[in-house]
Amino acid sequence: MIAVSAQPRRSLGRTALNASVCLVFLFLYLPLAVIVLYSFSAEKVNVWPIGSYTTHWYHVMWHDPEVRKGIMLSVRIGLSAAGLAILLGTLTALAIDRYAFRGKALLRFCAVLPITLPGIVTGVAMLSFFSVTGFELSNRTIIIGHTTFCITLVLNSVVARLAQIPRNLGEAAADLGASPLRAFWTVTFPLTLPAIIAGGLLAFTLSFDEIVVTLFLKGRDATLPLVIWARLRRGFSPDINAAACMIVGVSFIAVMIATVITRSSRSAQ
Amino acid sequence: MTAPISVGAAIELADVRKQFGAVVAVNGIDLNIRPGEFLTLLGPSGCGKTTTLRMIGGFEWPSSGSIRIAGADVSQLPPHKRPVNTVFQQYALFPHMSVAKNVGYGLRMARLPGREINERVAEALEMVRLPNVADRNPGELSGGQQQRVALARALINRPSVLLLDEPLGALDLKLRKAMQLELKQLNREVGATFVYVTHDQEEALTMSDRIAVMSRGAIWQIGSPAEIYERPASRFVADFIGQSNLLEGVVEQVVEASALIRLAGGAIVGAAISDGIGAHEDVLVSVRPENVFVSEQPSEGGIKGRVADVVYLGAYLRLLLDVGQARLLAANVPAGSSFVSGAEVVVTFPASKAVAFRDQEAVDTM
Repeated sequence: MIAVSAQPRRSLGRTALNASVCLVFLFLYLPLAVIVLYSFSAEKVNVWPIGSYTTHWYHVMWHDPEVRKGIMLSVRIGLSAAGLAILLGTLTALAIDRYAFRGKALLRFCAVLPITLPGIVTGVAMLSFFSVTGFELSNRTIIIGHTTFCITLVLNSVVARLAQIPRNLGEAAADLGASPLRAFWTVTFPLTLPAIIAGGLLAFTLSFDEIVVTLFLKGRDATLPLVIWARLRRGFSPDINAAACMIVGVSFIAVMIATVITRSSRSAQ
Repeated sequence: MTAPISVGAAIELADVRKQFGAVVAVNGIDLNIRPGEFLTLLGPSGCGKTTTLRMIGGFEWPSSGSIRIAGADVSQLPPHKRPVNTVFQQYALFPHMSVAKNVGYGLRMARLPGREINERVAEALEMVRLPNVADRNPGELSGGQQQRVALARALINRPSVLLLDEPLGALDLKLRKAMQLELKQLNREVGATFVYVTHDQEEALTMSDRIAVMSRGAIWQIGSPAEIYERPASRFVADFIGQSNLLEGVVEQVVEASALIRLAGGAIVGAAISDGIGAHEDVLVSVRPENVFVSEQPSEGGIKGRVADVVYLGAYLRLLLDVGQARLLAANVPAGSSFVSGAEVVVTFPASKAVAFRDQEAVDTM
């Protein structure tokens, strides 16, 4: 470490930097912390300070058939969208990494674009596409909508990983008698798998709490975020805090796992 | 055109060319490599040596020309169908497999039974003197150990040809010297043809049966280390292999395979010449510093000169002499000799240790 304490002006700047970083994190995570605390509050309304703690609302939420159906649907859509994104994103990443072809930069741009588009643009565009083509709105249309931006996460993760794999590993495999397909399954794929899983987990997280695109493309059934949103419109009930915490928890765990996988695969190099 | 097939050549390159876009990497190479031979492709970076090796391995396909291995045309075969194995630069070990899995990879691809694979992996690791690392990951090994694993992995398929792409480049000097001898020994033991790529002329001289000196996509000279060192046939080879004095002169008289040459300073020296050089031609005379004799005694023959500088090199002194040529002439004299800068001297060298050739590079650039 570099000692900076000897220079007072620099350490003043550093203190200001540290403080602003703390403020940003506070801004990001304080609301989450408050929600988590409220979800354990025994009161029927959100009041501060919290008098007594209970897990009652989790119990209520878990036995609410509507919420339960929402959770199941969100999981199903998340897994499907992530699965599709893994398949399409990985194949696209391989094409980008291995081959030189016309329009490669354009393909890359088009694959990354959906994640930067506001959800409302994606939602409106896909809704009009589905109505023009006569595709009936259902859970399937939600999955398609989510897949568009989930691909980006898998693609970026896998492209970054493939770029780290030395090219001569594939050549070494071929040199030792592996056909291109066997070389892929025995060398490229196992080395890329952590990035595929990490990208898939992030994709699942994004799909699990997505609400805008879902709102435009949904059929009859509501995902968990839509259930929460609908409940809030009818008026506050404390089990909503618990449901919201579930989303936070699932996202948190998935992102943690993705981070750990990415990090350990990098250090194994 | 039917290329003559020399019986028993392990590898035969016939007029092989490789172009990357507008860049010509290899410009029509003909090369016959003998079975069991240790052949080195030697040249500076960008001379086409690695591209040539990669074409033999199948990682690049020639733009034109043909490559035969053991008599069979392999020009259009992908790497996994060629009877060659490669030791890559930076080793290219699979990081997600143990050492044993790395070494056994080729046998698994050949779908050999598990027991035989285990036996041969143990044998191969024994051969490269690494019996105790089978279960470790390549990342835990030192550079030298990784090098041996790469060697074992490439040799376990018992290839008739082993290609080595600057395999010792990442090792420190001492380890490199040891590995050079080991590779040479391995070549004799396993009987495979070794094709070795390096830019290190010392390495090439130490290990090779024959050296092909390459520059600008072509082979400039091919021969045993002694032939290449003692009888360079061009300015490039004389300069690239070891140190050489190049003296400008004109042929006075040709006697069989040698000639009398009048140097730019007026002195007449004898040197071996290559075929086709006649009287009155401009030539370069190449002579190694260790073959130059310097004397302070005035004499009739020899080249008159003056000591410009004396450099102490431990085992000997290097004299830099002004002999009326464009470049100073270097000569090695025993340490402890009493030459000083400015002294008038006479320089001689035996005709058998000097060689004369046309200055082809000068012709090329005209």
